[in-house]
Amino acid sequence: MTIQLSHFSAAFVFALFASIVFGITHRETPRDMIRYGAYCFVMFLGGVLVAGWAMWLVRR
Amino acid sequence: MTNSIPPKNKPVQQQNASTISVLAPAVGWFIPGAGHMIQKRWIRGILLLVSIGTLFVLGLMMQGHIYKANGGDILDILGFIGDLGAGAFYIVSLSLNWGLGAIALATADYGTKFMIVAGLLNFIAVADAYHIAIGKKQ
Repeated sequence: MTIQLSHFSAAFVFALFASIVFGITHRETPRDMIRYGAYCFVMFLGGVLVAGWAMWLVRR
Repeated sequence: MTNSIPPKNKPVQQQNASTISVLAPAVGWFIPGAGHMIQKRWIRGILLLVSIGTLFVLGLMMQGHIYKANGGDILDILGFIGDLGAGAFYIVSLSLNWGLGAIALATADYGTKFMIVAGLLNFIAVADAYHIAIGKKQ
């Protein structure tokens, strides 16, 4: 069984699971874990979007 | 709090701590999240297992490549170290010859990276399990 993810959906899945692990392993309390995980997720996806738009501008 | 423990129980408790500090990382490497689960951090352990396991399985389903310990190119060695971190996922995949075929999908390279990152994330989880075992983290 094979699946084919688009670039964005691959980045979304990657960001989601990496953020969960980062949140659990880098903070002490559950509240801080959730906050840090959410921060990492936003940074991952935000970085993808910013880099994507930057490349679009460079290409123009 | 440690002052309340009778002196004759201290060596036993220290021995238990040192046993779990070896056992938790080892088990956590083999089964992602298990190092947390044996220390009764059930939710963290399950989340780690689901996250790392899903990344690895998605990588396989995307026809990602699994690196073997055959040396040669430095990037292959680094890829092998990353893959190895996934523990049982890597061993089972390798023994069933998954991830060794020719890459047919354009997105297969994402799958390769997914599996490497899954292994690297598990190394972080192993270190976290160790820190919990030695009392450095709650």
